[in-house]
Amino acid sequence: MRLAQDLTEGLRVSWGALRANRLRSGLTMLGVIIGVITVTLMGAAIVGLNRAFLSSISSLGTDVLYVQKFPWFERLDWSQVRNRRDLTLRDARSIARLSTLARAVAPQAITLRPVAYGSRSATGVQICGGGADTALVGGLSITSGRFLSPYEIDGARPVCVIGAALAEKFFPRESPLGHRLRIAGQQYEIVGVLDRIGEFLGIVNFDNRVIVPVTRYFTDIERWPNIDILVKVADMSQMDETIEELRGIVRRLRRIPPGQPDDFAINRQELFLKSFRKLSAMIATAGFCITGLSLFVGGIGIMNVMFVSVAERTREIGIRKAVGARRRTILTQFLIEAALISLAGGAVAIGLALPIVLVMRQWFPASISPPVAALALGISALTGILSGLLPAWRAGSQNTVDALRHE
Amino acid sequence: MITLRQVSKVYPMGAENVHALRQIDLEISRGEYVAIMGPSGSGKSTLMNLLGCLDTPTSGVFELNGVNVGELDDNQLADIRNREIGFVFQTFNLLPRSNSLHNVELPLIYAGVPAIERRQIALDTLAGVGLADRASHRPNELSGGQRQRVAVARALVNRPSILLADEPTGNLDSKTGQEIMALFDELWRQGNTLIVVTHEESIARHARRILRLLDGRIASDESLDPAGPP
Repeated sequence: MRLAQDLTEGLRVSWGALRANRLRSGLTMLGVIIGVITVTLMGAAIVGLNRAFLSSISSLGTDVLYVQKFPWFERLDWSQVRNRRDLTLRDARSIARLSTLARAVAPQAITLRPVAYGSRSATGVQICGGGADTALVGGLSITSGRFLSPYEIDGARPVCVIGAALAEKFFPRESPLGHRLRIAGQQYEIVGVLDRIGEFLGIVNFDNRVIVPVTRYFTDIERWPNIDILVKVADMSQMDETIEELRGIVRRLRRIPPGQPDDFAINRQELFLKSFRKLSAMIATAGFCITGLSLFVGGIGIMNVMFVSVAERTREIGIRKAVGARRRTILTQFLIEAALISLAGGAVAIGLALPIVLVMRQWFPASISPPVAALALGISALTGILSGLLPAWRAGSQNTVDALRHE
Repeated sequence: MITLRQVSKVYPMGAENVHALRQIDLEISRGEYVAIMGPSGSGKSTLMNLLGCLDTPTSGVFELNGVNVGELDDNQLADIRNREIGFVFQTFNLLPRSNSLHNVELPLIYAGVPAIERRQIALDTLAGVGLADRASHRPNELSGGQRQRVAVARALVNRPSILLADEPTGNLDSKTGQEIMALFDELWRQGNTLIVVTHEESIARHARRILRLLDGRIASDESLDPAGPP
């Protein structure tokens, strides 16, 4: 096997050459290290972001339709739509009554308010007005106690269900059930505690919330009676039919004449996902282009050093060719040298990126996975080989007679 | 073994062409000991490069063991050099970072000989030039004569058809030079074909045949008395 011989001899020679020029090799490697670190960190951030987003959004469920005033993604002329009518609790009740394809319907209104218990208080708590089916629609489960009952919703009772984070904060040692929270000056009795959900990007903590009867919500907390209506689809295969039925119902409720456009929107999380994927792909492309530049600079460094290395070793190339080295053999030798520099750089970079990612995690959901690491190594090897190609080609094509005379 | 018919070599030099060799006819058979002499610019280096398959003729035919070298591509030339030619240079041309053993192994590596076998052959060949105890020394740890012996070992290690030496004593003092020439004489007696390029009459006298070049032509081709050198 001549190729095997070429490779082992190439490795031997390259290793010797790199060791002989430690400082130069090290500095060249530094360029690659910086490049690979930035690319790896970018990759880690994007993977982490995607993972965090998907796990957060999947907790919302893909089988839920959102009947709202405005669509999530379509761009509308604001002057045309700003006067759209509100969606009311009555609309929600009507939908629940009329729909045959919906499994459950829940009204939802959300705001942020401070919450207090005794002398303790928490700010920025998500206060959510919900119905009896909010737990079913939102896929929420209860750790202790129970969810809001239809009776409490209809009677606008001052009761609430709280998230796991809030329960821990206010009641570290005792059960929260039966205690009263103060929200917007009113007392709410805690009847249940939700299971832990987790947070999203460290911005929204889904466990830091309170769910109160939506009827109560509109007397105590918010006066503007606009809600979102969440509809859980009974059969995912009948998604389109359910959307059409919903449209019909809401149009009828609002008495929209045929031919007139909807003055509401039915949003789907799937579309949200789709547009998120588009966005994250854009961020990834832009990010890799920018960080790729630094890797490119590292590659140029390798190319430079390889040209110097080839020039320095012209005589050696001549000797090798005189005793029978083929063009390919010389080419392989210098390619290996370039790849070795960048692979070693890549390995060091991954070693350095790991702790950086661990530190980043304090604030940001970064994640460095074996595929990302493998990709980084692959990219660095590729960088080396691509930047080594031209110098190696020049080395292999040297005229033997001239190379031997080279001083 | 070596046949040159009407071989010319022309180098373009600016607007003019330099005729380094003009219609050379030459035959060298196996087992000959030939010296090539001539003043600088006479074309002896060019002839040596052609005979060593480092270069190909501009016109004419150069056959080595029945193969027309002019028709070979780069890779085939490399293989021919590897198998058929052993080079000894004036400046030794050893790899400075490699020890003697590895320098001698080099042609075997390119011939694809497996490592263990390679090492044994290289050690034997080093022993043959009297350097068995210098295998792990680098060129800068050896004297000039020792370096040239390593180079000779490297040239011999693939059992080539021809040993080509270009001013092999040019960088050595006269005593060491005589030692190297004694080694060459010994190699010739063992049946090797030797071609030595030199401008020193005393070195050329070791050979059995002296070719004198002048202005790219063979000026004389003289066979020496078979009794051998003093």
